[in-house]
Amino acid sequence: MNVDDLADMAQRYRDEEAGVHRELRVCMAASCQSSGAQPVFDALVAAQGAAAAGAPGDGCKVKGVGCMGLCSAGPLVAVAEPGSGLAGSVLYRDVGPGDAVEILDSVAGAPVQRLHCPTDQPFFARQQRVVLENSGLIDPESLRAYVAAGGYAALVHALTEMTPAEVVQEIIASGLRGRGGGGYPTGLKWSTVAKMADAQKYVVCNADEGDPGAFMDRAVLESDPHRVLEGMAIAGYAVGASKGYVYVRAEYPLAVERLTTAIRKAKREGFLGHKVAETQFAFEVEIRLGAGAFVCGEETALMASIEGQRGQPRPRPPYPAEHGLWGHPTLINNVETFANIAPIIRNGGAWFAAIGTPKSKGTKVFALAGTIVNTGLIEVPMGTSLRDIVELIGGGIPGGKAVKAVQTGGPSGGCVPEQHLDIPVDYDSLKTLGTIMGSGGMIVMDESSDMVDVARYFMEFCMTESCGKCVPCRTGTQQMHGLLDRIAKDQGTRADLELLEELCEVVQATSLCGLGQTAPNPVLSTLRFFRAEYERKLGPGH
Amino acid sequence: MTLQPARPALPSEDKRWKLVNGTMRRQGYAGNALIETLHSVQSAFGYLDQASLRFVAASLDLPLSKVYGVATFYHLFMLEPKGRHACVVCAGTACYIKGSAGLVQAVEQRFGVAPGETTADNRLSVLTARCVGACGLAPAVVLDGNVLGKQSAEELLSRIEEMQ
Repeated sequence: MNVDDLADMAQRYRDEEAGVHRELRVCMAASCQSSGAQPVFDALVAAQGAAAAGAPGDGCKVKGVGCMGLCSAGPLVAVAEPGSGLAGSVLYRDVGPGDAVEILDSVAGAPVQRLHCPTDQPFFARQQRVVLENSGLIDPESLRAYVAAGGYAALVHALTEMTPAEVVQEIIASGLRGRGGGGYPTGLKWSTVAKMADAQKYVVCNADEGDPGAFMDRAVLESDPHRVLEGMAIAGYAVGASKGYVYVRAEYPLAVERLTTAIRKAKREGFLGHKVAETQFAFEVEIRLGAGAFVCGEETALMASIEGQRGQPRPRPPYPAEHGLWGHPTLINNVETFANIAPIIRNGGAWFAAIGTPKSKGTKVFALAGTIVNTGLIEVPMGTSLRDIVELIGGGIPGGKAVKAVQTGGPSGGCVPEQHLDIPVDYDSLKTLGTIMGSGGMIVMDESSDMVDVARYFMEFCMTESCGKCVPCRTGTQQMHGLLDRIAKDQGTRADLELLEELCEVVQATSLCGLGQTAPNPVLSTLRFFRAEYERKLGPGH
Repeated sequence: MTLQPARPALPSEDKRWKLVNGTMRRQGYAGNALIETLHSVQSAFGYLDQASLRFVAASLDLPLSKVYGVATFYHLFMLEPKGRHACVVCAGTACYIKGSAGLVQAVEQRFGVAPGETTADNRLSVLTARCVGACGLAPAVVLDGNVLGKQSAEELLSRIEEMQ
């Protein structure tokens, strides 16, 4: 497969689609499927099949596509001319199988008003899609559709026109930082692994999206799996690895299924396997399933799990870049990080670096959920204010209630209170407020949320997910949960609160891995901004 | 040439063991295929019993203690059989904010089973999940593998009642 073959494949796809004047794109990602997308898809296919020659439905094609973002309005159906984006389509929300005929009959005329969901509303208009550029537009199970949308061109370009060092240089120039939450410069990580002299190296994609309230990686894998594989293969070439693993949660069966299909097809067309794109570069990808352990998102625990062990972390250094899977240098990046690679190679590092803020480049995908009107998946340039995300894109709180706080970073993060909503969303600004970017979960809470209860919720999570290896985390989370539970039940004393704060410091400073080190964050963050709520709950006389 | 260790005989005539054996064979009976193999046992039999743990340990040439250690470490592996139906209430952050605790309580009141338990007639197991990733549709419940979004207590209870 070389550049000409790619162009041929894209052309064949376009030739096949030449007779199609309208696409009916049905979102078949997990969220819309839960809302009943499959019956809608079937009804549209049946209605289209029954359309007489010359009828509006003739020349239409029904397609299953990935996530369009607005999960709360699913099932979503977009009617669009082939090749046009979401903005140029007529989008329908809350579609039922009974609406199929009406939608089909209206393709050439006025939209069906009662189902119409304008795409010029802020939810869509304020987004900038890089990672999700194909999501909701192409069939995730079709490799040719991905190629026709420009897919695998970056891989072929890198393999035939660039040296591995040039690829690494391009990633460094882009300023991309790890999207799993840590924010470590991706180019630096790649160059460290690339420098290792070992003949055997590995590339690992961390798809163990364990943060409760986060579903970005799931959506990317379900909507555009080839993009992740392409990013991994480019990484393999850049660092000199011949084997890749995708470590994915077993709780995401659809993502696993689509990824499996994608790997099979990519191998068949020569984008993976021996002699990738007819060069001497070989790269295999294998899926490894998680089994429900949050700590496996931590890189050393993840590697232990891939090796078939209990997912317990070990001290770093040595870092995986030097001593990773089976002792070999290993590059571990998150799904979204890999999904950014192909566009960077395609458009250049400078293009990417021009998006976002000076220290946080590019865009970030967020899973917007909680008490907010528009829940779903969004992608915005770094530096967008939290208020814009909540009030414009998210459409505010239902019932006109006031925002109390926005939680980011899951159990390792904290809450941003209403008065700080104007903060730009980037790695460093969020840190100044005692929270983190995290992997992209964003939970909006209204005034009815009890912040002590929220802290207790996250502590309960960390307590049950602690792997038990180090004492501060194993017993510290247990003790902190007990104290929070007492305070939440109005039985706490001032001494309990003081002990809680002390424990937070100890656990933060002495735990072995990120899980324990960040477990106190939700408590510290709520104490910082909502201390009065804790104080109010202390029993009388204390 | 190294000698291949003898593979243990299948624990019974049950054809499902062949599926499990197939998984191990595809991975070359490597010890690092343990988690994949346990997934395969669980998807074939529904849970991991003692006989299966012993069989897997012997086949992959691993100490039984290690197999047991891994099986008990990961939340998804069940060492007890589940009921005929499984109701998994998502307890992720978005679902928690939208009232998943109320769903658990409603199910517990109606059917008398707390998360992790199975009804006496073996009809229903109730579980909680850390996050099923359906945050946009919170609160979410997974009934026998089907994700149901925006659940109310009444709707969930009537759905469970409908299951035979």
